[in-house]
Amino acid sequence: MTAEPRHFTTQLAVIGSGIAGFAAAIFAINRKIVTAQVGNTGALAYTTGYLDLIGKLGGAAGLVTDPWQALASLRETEPKHPLCRVSADDIQQAFAEFTDFLGACGLAYSAPGASNITALTPVGTLKQTLCVPATMAAGPRAMAANTPCVIVDFRGLKGFSGAEVVANLRDRWPQLTTRRLVFPGMDRGEVYPEVMARALEVPATREQLAEALNGVAGAARVIGLPAILGMHRPDHVRAELERLTGREIFEIPTMPPSVPGIRLRELFQQVLPQRGVTLIPQQRVTALSFDGDGATLALSDSYGPIRVHAQAVILATGRFLSGGLEAHPAGIREHLLDLPVTQPAGRADWYRDRYTDPRGHPIHRAGIEVDDSFRPLTREGRRYHDRLFAAGVILAHQDWIRGRSGAGIAIATSFRAVTEAKRFLSGR
Amino acid sequence: MSFDATTLETEVLIIGGGVTGAGIMRDLALRGIHSLLIDKRDLCAGASGGNHGLLHSGGRYVSTDPAAAMECRQENALLKRLAPQCIETAGGLFVAVEGDDPAFAEKFPALCRNAGIDCEELSPGEARRLEPVLSDKLFKACRVPDATIDPFHLALLNVDHARLIDGSVYRPHTEVLRFEMADGEIRAAICHDHLHNRPLTIRARQFVNAGGAWAMNIARLAGCADVSLLYAKGTILVSNDRLAHHVVNRLRPPGDGDILVPGGTVSLLGTTSTRVDDLERVGPTVEEIDRNIREGAAMIPALAGARYIRAFSRVRPLLQAVGNASDRAASRGFALLDHASQGVNNFCTITGGKLTTFRLMAEKTVDLVARRLGNDQACMTATVPLPDDEACSWTEPATALKHWHRDRDADDMILCECEMLPQSAIEQIFAGAPGAEQERTIEAVALRSRAGKGPCQGSFCGIRIGSYLYDQGHYRDATGLAHLRDFFDERFKGQRCVIWGQQAAQMELAEALHCGLLGLDTLEGDR
Ligand SMILES: Cc1cc2nc3c(=O)[nH]c(=O)nc-3n(C[C@H](O)[C@H](O)[C@H](O)COP(=O)(O)OP(=O)(O)OC[C@H]3O[C@@H](n4cnc5c(N)ncnc54)[C@H](O)[C@@H]3O)c2cc1C
Ligand SMILES: Cc1cc2nc3c(=O)[nH]c(=O)nc-3n(C[C@H](O)[C@H](O)[C@H](O)COP(=O)(O)OP(=O)(O)OC[C@H]3O[C@@H](n4cnc5c(N)ncnc54)[C@H](O)[C@@H]3O)c2cc1C
Repeated sequence: MTAEPRHFTTQLAVIGSGIAGFAAAIFAINRKIVTAQVGNTGALAYTTGYLDLIGKLGGAAGLVTDPWQALASLRETEPKHPLCRVSADDIQQAFAEFTDFLGACGLAYSAPGASNITALTPVGTLKQTLCVPATMAAGPRAMAANTPCVIVDFRGLKGFSGAEVVANLRDRWPQLTTRRLVFPGMDRGEVYPEVMARALEVPATREQLAEALNGVAGAARVIGLPAILGMHRPDHVRAELERLTGREIFEIPTMPPSVPGIRLRELFQQVLPQRGVTLIPQQRVTALSFDGDGATLALSDSYGPIRVHAQAVILATGRFLSGGLEAHPAGIREHLLDLPVTQPAGRADWYRDRYTDPRGHPIHRAGIEVDDSFRPLTREGRRYHDRLFAAGVILAHQDWIRGRSGAGIAIATSFRAVTEAKRFLSGR
Repeated sequence: MSFDATTLETEVLIIGGGVTGAGIMRDLALRGIHSLLIDKRDLCAGASGGNHGLLHSGGRYVSTDPAAAMECRQENALLKRLAPQCIETAGGLFVAVEGDDPAFAEKFPALCRNAGIDCEELSPGEARRLEPVLSDKLFKACRVPDATIDPFHLALLNVDHARLIDGSVYRPHTEVLRFEMADGEIRAAICHDHLHNRPLTIRARQFVNAGGAWAMNIARLAGCADVSLLYAKGTILVSNDRLAHHVVNRLRPPGDGDILVPGGTVSLLGTTSTRVDDLERVGPTVEEIDRNIREGAAMIPALAGARYIRAFSRVRPLLQAVGNASDRAASRGFALLDHASQGVNNFCTITGGKLTTFRLMAEKTVDLVARRLGNDQACMTATVPLPDDEACSWTEPATALKHWHRDRDADDMILCECEMLPQSAIEQIFAGAPGAEQERTIEAVALRSRAGKGPCQGSFCGIRIGSYLYDQGHYRDATGLAHLRDFFDERFKGQRCVIWGQQAAQMELAEALHCGLLGLDTLEGDR
């Protein structure tokens, strides 16, 4: 196909549609910046819906209950960590702005608090996180108070076992029990969280499920379910089930792709275009170039080639899973601009011997370097271009997996990158 | 025999649950002799679970060890007839490429003929029609009756048959620590039962050391100094796809990266050979991986860009070679020592050899043991076919497919999606695959099935199987999570050196899930 490229012009182009990319788009439109966003939205569906800031520190096994204090010690021990380039106030504001936006779009979140929330996982372990979807908030509360609670799982739902959750939480939560139900209308074969969630958007399904829940809840005041409480109006679905059962209800995230991640993806895809963002989903930018007047992103969709002309660009392309970084036998590379990647000396140093080593693996600290304005640096330590900013987990000197800080790094660094991009754009 | 006892009795104690020990157990049972087989870990924990799975035609040894070549030829033909369920008759090619010695290649067919091995010379064009992945720099090719064999399936079926015949017993996680000796005999093996973490004494009339690379250590426990081994580590890579239908051997004297063996849906490339001293800490290195790929790519250029899903290393015991011959030239034959010269009369050691010759090794060993027990029954393993049992067959990729087509039941959920392993396979394994009845764990399932062997290397199915085992009440506390973590740690040893390209993405997702979400990296600290 040799169709003429279609041209779009924008102030800010965001490359990537993970949490960093979407957060950047939200912060940008809140600041009245004309924004276009390109990226495959697959990665979002992996997230649990929990928004972590810092859940674990250094190589220590211990969990972090006060992320703000952890942030302060991070500034001492890991000054190059991207979170250390963002003030605590900015981080607080970024989380608040992000969760407010979600709430305003119908996906309520707890506000960023002074301490972490001890959240539940699908295997009955615990995780420290800063903000949780409202649908998940009752679980941690009930656990803290040892309220009688029943975890309900479903025939045919693989990888979520109430028995497993209870077995691993029994010591902490003696009043926890479990029961298994057949999901209304799904009494044969495998059942999938996404399908169940969509089914619960229908009032009749909710009524049947509520009846079944009442049948097994007994003395339990609280009911925990895998994350299936609707796709588009989870707060409404939960409120309805609570009304119908007379009990408090909460969700526990399931294995990916999980419903809470899909909710975020669908919400962004629906809402951002309504708010004026030019969103080009499911596409990859194949080339990015800069000249005197701006930057050009090259990509194509099923109708042919597209060129996006922007005054400034935020690179939020993630790591290996999303393709922002590529691991070649000879070394790690950034795929769009071949930006220098800080990395271990050789492939033999990428991983430690033990997979679950609490210190994490050196490969995860690889990434691109930025200055305090979140502009990527060249090998010589100069800005790659005044118009280029970067955010999210593509940045070096952090291990979001071991640090339990995925969303935190994405949200905080996007906030700063947008602030700096705004300064640059209005300085013209 | 009770599993709870602290003292056990049997006629013959076999130490080492590799294919050799498993073969000895069956041979004994077929001659009416009861035995107990133990392994410090589990079946195929040693070389038997970490080899190429090549059922040698003998071609590889025609230049270095014609006697071993002939043994291979005979056993190859025999096993194809008696244990076809464990074998894929893939056929083998020997190919020489630019740079290889033409004189060696020229004399290969004659060497094969001398050893009685069928060898068909192919033109380069014919060879490349058979295997289009072969290098266009190929100048000579021969076809031989190489095949592939699944050592796990083989060991499980040997043990299963022995159990069936006379109630002989297999006990995993039982390690010999020392022997109780008197009057030139071993009276008992003093063991540790790692599963229940307690001592165990095993009394027997005869003791067989089938410890593979560990045979020298075990012999020394009985004061026998006549087993002298050197250790050579071999490293093998597993590709995500099956790259060739035949076994492809380099037509040159044995070297690095010169065999590519199909294994169901994957291919295995190897091996390197490096001297090691420590048997417990062997693992692949990046350097070995790169060397294997570089050498292999000369035969099959696609190996350079292939996606690899794991690599593993195991140790070959080298019976001390005379003079300073190289490790590869050292005998790949086996040794059976009766230890009479060491003043011990009811103990023997069998070591060395090959997977291909395991049956013959067992036969020779049991000939000795039977004689010592006054049993004059002839060996039957060269004539009695190995019975089939589906519970032992889940290590074969074909089993899941067969099951899918034949017994498809929507409620029998697939837990390992890469390998299509259904829930019912787990029940079958617990009910019928030797060694799993006492140990209903993720690791026990993984050893007896293809769970975790596909592209995702267990990162998803491990969690699903874990949940299933909790559901069924096999796990009731945090032990299941610790096992899950250990399972991932174990799989990782094989992945660590081949993580690049798509595998890096896969690994990041796995770690986000296992550590970021489930917190398997903080289990101890948390509890
Ligand atoms: C299994 C799993 C569980 C998680 N659980 C949590 C959790 O509980 N709490 C938490 O805080 N975080 C969690 N995370 C982390 C979180 O989802 C994000 O990975 C993290 O916040 C980083 O976001 P990011 O936007 O920087 O990168 P990513 O999310 O990786 O997004 C990068 C984006 O860039 C796009 N992209 C790459 N190259 C191009 C290109 N050339 N053109 C256009 N687009 C491109 C990709 O398609 C992708 O959309 C989890 C992640 C995973 C995988
Ligand atoms: C890299 C490599 C590739 C190979 N490829 C092939 C091939 O393609 N074809 C082929 O025919 N052959 C091949 N071989 C050779 C073949 O794998 C071995 O000859 C064969 O598996 C040996 O089996 P075994 O039972 O004698 O020893 P092993 O399988 O090593 O068994 C010994 C067992 O003893 C146990 N043990 C040790 N100490 C104790 C103790 N104190 N108490 C209790 N148990 C103990 C161990 O856990 C182990 O399971 C290869 C070998 C290697 C290393």
